[in-house]
Amino acid sequence: MNWRLLSTHAILLIGMVFMTLPVWVAFCTSTHAPETILRDGLQFWPGSNFAETYRQVLFVDGGVMKSVLGFDMLKNSLILGVGFAIGKVVISMLAAYAIVYFRFKLAVPLFWIIFMTLLLPLEVRIIPSYEVVSSLGLLDTHTGLIVPLIASATGTFFFRQFFRSVPDELLEAARLDGATPWRFFKDILVPLSKTMIAAILIIMFVVGWNQYLWPLIMTTKEENYTLVIGIKQIYQVLAEGGELPQYQKAFALTILATLPPVLVVLIFQSWFVKGLVESEK
Amino acid sequence: MKRVQFEHSTIPYLFVAPQIIIIVVFFLWPAAQAIYQSFLLEDAFGLSTQFVWFRNYKDTILSTSWLQAASFTMLFSALVTFLSLAIALLLAVKANEVIRGARTYKTTLMWAYAIAPPVAGLMGNLMFNPLIGDLYKFFNAIGWDFDHKLDAFDAGFVVVLISVWKQVSVNFIFFLSGLQGIPKSVNEAATLDCKSPFRRFWTITFPLLAPTTFFLMVINITYAFFETFGIIDTTTRGAPGGSTNTLVFKVFQDGFRGADLGGSSAQSVVLMLIVLALTVVQFRFIERKVHY
Repeated sequence: MNWRLLSTHAILLIGMVFMTLPVWVAFCTSTHAPETILRDGLQFWPGSNFAETYRQVLFVDGGVMKSVLGFDMLKNSLILGVGFAIGKVVISMLAAYAIVYFRFKLAVPLFWIIFMTLLLPLEVRIIPSYEVVSSLGLLDTHTGLIVPLIASATGTFFFRQFFRSVPDELLEAARLDGATPWRFFKDILVPLSKTMIAAILIIMFVVGWNQYLWPLIMTTKEENYTLVIGIKQIYQVLAEGGELPQYQKAFALTILATLPPVLVVLIFQSWFVKGLVESEK
Repeated sequence: MKRVQFEHSTIPYLFVAPQIIIIVVFFLWPAAQAIYQSFLLEDAFGLSTQFVWFRNYKDTILSTSWLQAASFTMLFSALVTFLSLAIALLLAVKANEVIRGARTYKTTLMWAYAIAPPVAGLMGNLMFNPLIGDLYKFFNAIGWDFDHKLDAFDAGFVVVLISVWKQVSVNFIFFLSGLQGIPKSVNEAATLDCKSPFRRFWTITFPLLAPTTFFLMVINITYAFFETFGIIDTTTRGAPGGSTNTLVFKVFQDGFRGADLGGSSAQSVVLMLIVLALTVVQFRFIERKVHY
């Protein structure tokens, strides 16, 4: 062990603590009684109140929000995450397939329309987007929540890049065998893209789960809150003050909102890294 | 493009249709609306509107509150970008050197990617809570008269710290994969020629990472401009006195809370131009990368 190696490990350890300690403290604090937290501040070690806090947050009516249960918010988040990921993969694969594998008149202008979405993040068109969704009667619906989010170009670019790297001979062979465009897509291209699809699904699940601004604007009823929106509500409650601030519930909510995407990233780490690095190129 | 392609008149349109339809309805139409509304002025009751050319732009963009938000956004983006890149680069270089524990380090340094900005915001906010927050108590104990509710500098410190924390992991992932892409032979040759690892890093490794760094700079600036909305909204909300308003947060505030449609739209259009500039820079650079 020399000094250089020692300092390397020291720096990495500090980095590790910096990145994990806040979440650890959030978790530990969530397992203590509200009185303990108010008296002694944040907690660095798990307490005995774990079951009680999380039962309250997940299953008790009025335990964390006015009416919606934490469990329902979890379900809504899951629907958003999974729906967003699947929708995005389907839509962008289809579009990328048309653009790479077909010769057609409007290919270039259509590609530019897809490209334009990069220039128009939600933040620059918040209010008119809300107006469109509300005039279509899609406020507080899953469709209105998910569909407007899945059309951005990132997924299409990613699959376009990947399809271009697929050898041309495959299409030549398939055409000699008389395969239709749909068959070639379904039986050759999709199976070939399995790893890519998995990688994108993972990233998009995390991105979808973490959506904030869009669900904030377009859910008005509590029953449609996702966990991430619940975060804003509990912030509001804490800011307004009241009798005994329920810090343990606020922390429990942050843990619940963090756990599923973190688990997905940890379990599928190598796919996730591959997808992230490749898709951003 | 492909050498061989299908020739078909209708099928390709069916394949792109879903995406194009969604884009037209939910992207292009609202964006056009934003541009159109930015030229309109509504009276206080929303009964009549008139076309006022660039008056909304002049009124909002020359207002002190917009200029304040703009300068905070610039400073904020510069700080978040620089700090999160620097920390991530240091950690990536170190993580690339070690063999023992490499996997654990990697996993623990990258997992925060999965945390949503507002969640990070609320966690950080509670750490700085005057009643229970240890960071709040700590800073006051060491003689810093810390109060992010009243002091603009302290509030800025809180949002920068949380935003950097949230962004380190993404940068770390990209830097590490960039470092792993440098051929072993290059490192070995460098080791023969130059003893000092410090100089070796700045003359060999860092220039080889330049494309990654540049790309990440664009990503980070975009993050600081747009995605930090969730952090601001769960920490300072622009307080005290609008000193931590970012441009995006202000669009939201003015449009939804203030119901100032014309002004908010004019701000949106300015943001579009900023995104356009960032995208142009990004694509310029990608073209250059091809020639490497």
